[in-house]
Amino acid sequence: MAELTVKNLEKKASTISLRRKPRWGETIIQGLLFFSGFFSIFITLGIVYELGKEALLFFQMPGVDLLATLTTTEWKPHVNKFGIWPLLTSTLMTTLIAMAIAIPLGMGVAVYLSEYAIPKVRSTLKPILEILAGIPTIVYGYFALTFMTPLLREIFGKDVVQIYNTGSAGLVMGILILPLISSMTEDALSAVPRSLREAAYAMGATKLEVALQIVVPAALSGIAAAIIVGISRAVGETMIVAVAAGAGPNFTFSPFIGAETITGHIVRISGGDLSYDSIDYNSIFALGLFLFIITLVLNIISQAIVRRFREVYE
Amino acid sequence: MKEIAIVQGFENNLDSRNRKGIIWHVLFQASTIVGIIALIALMLNVIDSAFGYVAYEARMDPDSLTVDGIPVEDQSKDQLVALLQSTLSSGAYNKLDNETLFVDRSREEVFQLVVERIIRPKIVQVWKFWPSLTRSDEIRATVTREYPKAELDFVSWLTYDFVTRPQTSEPLTAGVRTAVLGSLWTILFTILLAFPLGVGAAIYLEEYASENWFNRIIQTNINNLAGVPSIVYGILGLAIFVRALERFTSGKMFGIVNLTSENGRTVLSAGLTLGLLVLPIIIINAQEAIRAVPRSLRNASFGVGATKWQTVWSHMLPNALPGILTGTILAISRAIGETAPLVVVGASTAISFDPSSPFSKFTTLPIQIYQWTSRPQEEFRSLAAASILVLLVLLLSLNASAVLLRNRFSRRF
Amino acid sequence: MALNNNFDQKYIIETRNLDIYYGSFKAVAGVNMRVERNAITAIIGPSGCGKSTLLRAFNRMNELYADTSIEGEVTFSGQDIYARDVDPVEVRYRIGMVFQKPNPFPKSIYENIAWTARIHGYKGNMDELVENSLRQAALWDEVKDKLKQSGLSLSGGQQQRLCIARALSIKPEVILMDEPASALDPIATLKIEELMQDLKQNYTIVIVTHNMQQAARASDYTAMMMLTNGESRSGTVIEFDETNIIFTRPKDKRTEDYVTGRFG
Repeated sequence: MAELTVKNLEKKASTISLRRKPRWGETIIQGLLFFSGFFSIFITLGIVYELGKEALLFFQMPGVDLLATLTTTEWKPHVNKFGIWPLLTSTLMTTLIAMAIAIPLGMGVAVYLSEYAIPKVRSTLKPILEILAGIPTIVYGYFALTFMTPLLREIFGKDVVQIYNTGSAGLVMGILILPLISSMTEDALSAVPRSLREAAYAMGATKLEVALQIVVPAALSGIAAAIIVGISRAVGETMIVAVAAGAGPNFTFSPFIGAETITGHIVRISGGDLSYDSIDYNSIFALGLFLFIITLVLNIISQAIVRRFREVYE
Repeated sequence: MKEIAIVQGFENNLDSRNRKGIIWHVLFQASTIVGIIALIALMLNVIDSAFGYVAYEARMDPDSLTVDGIPVEDQSKDQLVALLQSTLSSGAYNKLDNETLFVDRSREEVFQLVVERIIRPKIVQVWKFWPSLTRSDEIRATVTREYPKAELDFVSWLTYDFVTRPQTSEPLTAGVRTAVLGSLWTILFTILLAFPLGVGAAIYLEEYASENWFNRIIQTNINNLAGVPSIVYGILGLAIFVRALERFTSGKMFGIVNLTSENGRTVLSAGLTLGLLVLPIIIINAQEAIRAVPRSLRNASFGVGATKWQTVWSHMLPNALPGILTGTILAISRAIGETAPLVVVGASTAISFDPSSPFSKFTTLPIQIYQWTSRPQEEFRSLAAASILVLLVLLLSLNASAVLLRNRFSRRF
Repeated sequence: MALNNNFDQKYIIETRNLDIYYGSFKAVAGVNMRVERNAITAIIGPSGCGKSTLLRAFNRMNELYADTSIEGEVTFSGQDIYARDVDPVEVRYRIGMVFQKPNPFPKSIYENIAWTARIHGYKGNMDELVENSLRQAALWDEVKDKLKQSGLSLSGGQQQRLCIARALSIKPEVILMDEPASALDPIATLKIEELMQDLKQNYTIVIVTHNMQQAARASDYTAMMMLTNGESRSGTVIEFDETNIIFTRPKDKRTEDYVTGRFG
């Protein structure tokens, strides 16, 4: 028996090979995983190709030209007027109002939670604010139309504030974006090392001085990124404006008057019966492409800021 | 000590610094409170519309339907069927009989039909919850003065029946079953597309991808896709799933001829569109879950001669799975709440039949809310409020299950 | 802060039966020590015996984190710094601190000092103050041409001296140093030690160190801390005396073991 075992061992030893063996199962799986990873590229290419193709068709339609689109202030598809400014100004209005609410409040919340609140308060308040971020935007739209608009009309007068208006949509959009800005800002604030806070406290700084003059400046890149992401979110936000901002392009800077944003227009046009290759059909692709480019640029800027200005403390 | 400070050129300014500190502290706290108040206002506003008094008039006086002294609500099923047969046109009656044989319907269902088709209550005015509570006498007075024939009822728009009834154009009998089923069907295809692709991509990026320009592009691209507005996905879905792949998404390819879905605006298109939308979110969440599994575990597996896939399958995945599932559930709840892309893809405005296949026309809960919110009449706002409550309960239970999953399986390394 | 003249002018900080708690855990127990004015007092002892915790109790830094509390008394120039009407900001203004790891603000070298002076209402000539502070910290010659550069661009030793300059700018009476040289190379360490000798003329220094040579070289008094053997495992000062006595004729056997390297 013993002899046999030794022989077996010898035999085994002589056949050991460290050469690479083909593992077909592994290769197939790896291929599938690679495909999954690569799939997201298809989505981007799909967006660029489809939106670009139809947008091109849009600008080749009779009566449409790019220069007029970018410079004129009337968007009236039925008479072939495609000036983007009325859609753009109302998008700007709602975004501006939303950010005017979300930036100060979001920063206030973030500083409070990160620098002031004791752990117990913080762990109660944070999930409550996260609920705000999880509510579907259509619910915010409902809120804008049935709560904020009546409130504004109560305050400023029913003949001043129209039933549909960009102000109400903007304000509610601000509430929607608040938790986004506050949680990103809070992340940036809590990434500031504790030693920096200690340094400031040890120099006899008050809590406010530590928070606003040491911690916030040190987290500035993260805060800037949060604000840009917030803007991008506001520009692309759809349901609140579709419900509350008004149906019909309107070149105005008054927050009390109804005016359709880019996203609102897309929703209204595509909600009806949309026939392929009509000018309306092509126009939503052109607008979608425009929206895609704006938000993409904003997101890239925000990522670049974070990478470029990340302070090295070590 | 104060004297020393002044000699050195320092002012004793502590009082004013502390005052400033208190003012800002209050401001920061106030921001937080404003956020919470907004949440409360949002919820109360919904609840306020979901309950309250409703005054309605019957288009046909129920008393006139009394047979042999038995009021209509106490009549037997046969009597009610006879009533329907005698009142409705024969075409309408036969259509009802064809949908479901009267023999198979319960008395309750038949009675419901009598109410819907014959009595046909019509809402004349709706009050919200708060006025209904505080000014009920006034409301009663108004009703007796202005609508002498109307009945006044305190109703909860959100009822079990509301959830189980199909959509109709009559506010009093409308329900969200069609929309809820539409949402579930849609989400099914969202999950089927996004979960395997998302987890696969996350595994590829975390375990297989080496650090080079190509994989960096994939990663950057995913981060950027997560920031693309949802409506752009809707437009993409319209171009790809509804139009280019119409033969597939309408079922023609499989020989299914369904008149209602021949344009490709189907449950399948909607689900796939939302799948593209949540894919980047699922990938990013799954990557985080995978990254949380310690390196040492993989090394242990490689150390005993396991292949890469064996390591991933038997060691990494089981440990990362709770995190991956939690992230997926959160992404799915985002998809359930989406409205804009589905409007663009072509949700139907009014369908009363339930979706029955991937190739059915569809509506979803948020779409239903959108449509009811857009109607000017108060009763539709109330229906929207009730559907919002259904949607929020659905999302809340999803999120709760995500939290439970995280707590139940969270392992400490 | 009300002035109280009824104390021994020789000592600037005194503790009486000081216990320091993290939650219900007593980290430091029963410390009685008196820190002499214009002297360097070292606190030594093995890791984890509460040296830093004790030091941070002298300017109320502990209370910034977690639920810390103290029992007993810490006085500064005869005033109880934990009295209810005392503002910790005021305490830290009089009692500065330098940390183990250099922690300049992510601002320019100039601003590191100017900011600190400004929050305390400094109205004099800022350039002069910055220059004086940097000279006192023996850093001026190295940085005078790059005052606008970030404080983080300096080397570790320079950063630490910037932190000392920053602390000096507001003219505190005491400077607490928490292992100020432990993250530095030997040459930078030597510079910091020389600096301490210069500063002694105008300031009182309390330094925590795990480096016994440093304590022996640089300090006038030494407090030896150690964990008690009781169930609570709190740290306490087992011996406090002139440095040369601690290192040559300690009274406590444990101190002798520690300073001769037989323990710790």
